[in-house]
Amino acid sequence: MDPLILSRMQFGANISFHILFPTITIALGWVLLFFKLRYNATGDSAWMRAYFTWVKVFALSFAMGVVTGVTMSFQFGTNWPGYMQKVGNIAGPLLAYEILTAFFLEAAFLGIMLFGFRRVSNRIHTLATVLVAGGTTVSAFWIIALNSWMQTPAGFEMRDGVAHAVDWWAIVFNPSMPYRLVHMLLASGLTVSFLIAGLSALRYLYGDRSESMWKALRTGVFTAAILIPIQILAGDQHGLNTLEHQPQKIAAMEANWNTGPNVPLVLFALPDEAAKENRFELAIPDGASLVLRHSTSGVVPGLNDYPGNHPPVFPVFWGFRIMVGTGLLMLAVSWSAAFFLKRRHSLPRPLAMLMVPMALSGWLATLAGWYTTEIGRQPWLVTGVLKTADAVGPVAGSHVALTLAIYLILYLFLLIAYLGVLVHLALKAAKDGDNSPLPGVMKTAMSQPAAGE
Amino acid sequence: MTYDWPTLLPLIFAGLMGLAILIYVILDGFDLGIGILFAAAEDTEQDTMIAAIGPFWDANETWLVLAVGLLLVAFPMAHGVILTALYIPVFVLLVGLILRGVAFDFRAKVATERKHRWNRIFFLGSVIASLAQGYMLGVYVLGLDVGFGGMAFGVLVAFCLAAAYAAMGAAWVIYKTEGELQRKAVRWLRTALVLTALGMAAVSLATPFASSRIFDKWFVWPSMLYLSPLPILSALLFLWLWRQTFHLPKPDDRHALTPFLTLAAIFALGFAGLAWSFYPFVVPDKLTIWQAASAPESLAIILAGTVVVLPIIIFYSFYAYRVFGGKATDLTYD
Repeated sequence: MDPLILSRMQFGANISFHILFPTITIALGWVLLFFKLRYNATGDSAWMRAYFTWVKVFALSFAMGVVTGVTMSFQFGTNWPGYMQKVGNIAGPLLAYEILTAFFLEAAFLGIMLFGFRRVSNRIHTLATVLVAGGTTVSAFWIIALNSWMQTPAGFEMRDGVAHAVDWWAIVFNPSMPYRLVHMLLASGLTVSFLIAGLSALRYLYGDRSESMWKALRTGVFTAAILIPIQILAGDQHGLNTLEHQPQKIAAMEANWNTGPNVPLVLFALPDEAAKENRFELAIPDGASLVLRHSTSGVVPGLNDYPGNHPPVFPVFWGFRIMVGTGLLMLAVSWSAAFFLKRRHSLPRPLAMLMVPMALSGWLATLAGWYTTEIGRQPWLVTGVLKTADAVGPVAGSHVALTLAIYLILYLFLLIAYLGVLVHLALKAAKDGDNSPLPGVMKTAMSQPAAGE
Repeated sequence: MTYDWPTLLPLIFAGLMGLAILIYVILDGFDLGIGILFAAAEDTEQDTMIAAIGPFWDANETWLVLAVGLLLVAFPMAHGVILTALYIPVFVLLVGLILRGVAFDFRAKVATERKHRWNRIFFLGSVIASLAQGYMLGVYVLGLDVGFGGMAFGVLVAFCLAAAYAAMGAAWVIYKTEGELQRKAVRWLRTALVLTALGMAAVSLATPFASSRIFDKWFVWPSMLYLSPLPILSALLFLWLWRQTFHLPKPDDRHALTPFLTLAAIFALGFAGLAWSFYPFVVPDKLTIWQAASAPESLAIILAGTVVVLPIIIFYSFYAYRVFGGKATDLTYD
């Protein structure tokens, strides 16, 4: 088989599996800090129980993120040597800064965060939580900067066919970077709040009415209810930014074949790239023009302007719709749950049952969104600079196919094990309720035998 | 005095990368080694052994990310050439690292009846990762030769490195535990040292015949004289450590850290020898560090960050090790 498509599938599989876990750890670090600070302020041990339940999920997700991340750092070289050869001068420093400023910070203080609460003072333990949460966010900052630069490159010049940095500020804060960063951080927040709300709802369904369950449930539901409208707004702004800098991606997202005014908003269609038309189209007249140009006569770019230079329409069109659809479902579920928790101080059973599968809605929306934006960048690896086909390595297709197959089996196995452990942890917490054994958190340092004693 | 930055920067980065690899091999060496020794340990001992590395392994592995990252960012040409040539071994290494990395957490979080399955996965992942690293080193030493001879040599180095990691793991267990497990670890160390010594002797004999380039670098007068302290010192340290295994553990747990430090010194000496064998090439006989390096302005901006951040990293890594100093007894993964 063709090494190019196999390498793309392999990288896609790896990065899709990888992104699931940072999406959780980025925001979960801050939620853990919130639990910790509430405990520090109130002394209510239910907050600490919530902390210890979720710090386990954090540790597991972090380990999954680390090992799949190590895989990524090797794959740049094994599968895409052309990438670093062409734009290594830009991508290199950004990756180096991620490792130096984020990875070590997270890794060193994660140990203290997970195992240190009896070895360091409460204040140092809180600080370790802050540093780990901060580290995950800084890591997201650098990697989003690099990804955005690949989408909307700036601040460089080409010399002898190789990109050289001219203005680092322009490289890091390239045109799409602030929008993508905000969009991704909010996506992480939503993923985690729905995960917490969903697993807490599972505990609720199993009869758990403990204080720590309520605290986690409320935290999840209210965070989701607050974040989702902000995310819809941020997503809209991100879309307008894409319209300005990558119009061909917008054309594919809207499955708009011809540039012009009065473009409808397509709700459902099966885009047919060969015939350059949509089958079974269901659309709102003038909708796309209104959304993108705020006027029915607004001109929306069409695929006809980019012959041979636009992404495949079907996956981009549907990736976008799955993301938006999931987002709207998140809005409905989180707001109804917030209403019942706030006004009725209860959770109706059907709603709780809906919230359990919604625990993974953040993953679905994040993946669909990333597929939209990454496939939407094709045929370019770095827009206007390097085509994906020119970066692939000289490895035989059979090698790539073999490793791809094993990666897929491994990832499926790990995903099942991961989800199994999440459910196991939730049910164990439901059974223990407020009687779960609580590791002692002391206000004094070194209250247990430690270094040198 | 003016500095010739385009000459100097690649040299500095080669040094930094070497340092990152050395730190990685020493640090992840002991936790990979503990994974290898899992096969010889009992259930409760396994828990203690995990407790001895739990807070550290993640940071240890980050040094590998830094080393590959530096190769990637400072020598992008070499990164592509080396990793495409080692495509399958790299893949095997990654599978091993993935399995053992997640096993740390899974073994503590799954229902009790599934724990032994993850213990086995932890052992397998550690063995696979160690062997893959050794194999890659062997093939790399021979200039990325993937013929039959190169593969055989790679397998030899793979077993040698796995034995050396097991020795590191045993030394770390001696430092972090007490009682029966500590005495057991001394015996593990002795066995692992013998295997490592056999492996190293075989590798040392095979290398000059396998690679005339390395032969020429070592067995030419007078560099033979200058270099002689490296193998002699290594051999002496080896012998001394082997004799020590008959006297450990000592009363009041004195010198519990000595085996680990001695092994680290042997690793450093071996590494210096390797570095000498390769200089100035980053891809043996194909690319020198200057040919493979990124643009000076990109290296400069990474260096600026590294100079500021690396001391901080080293500082807080020491802090983390200090927090979890002493014997690993009451630490639990839960």
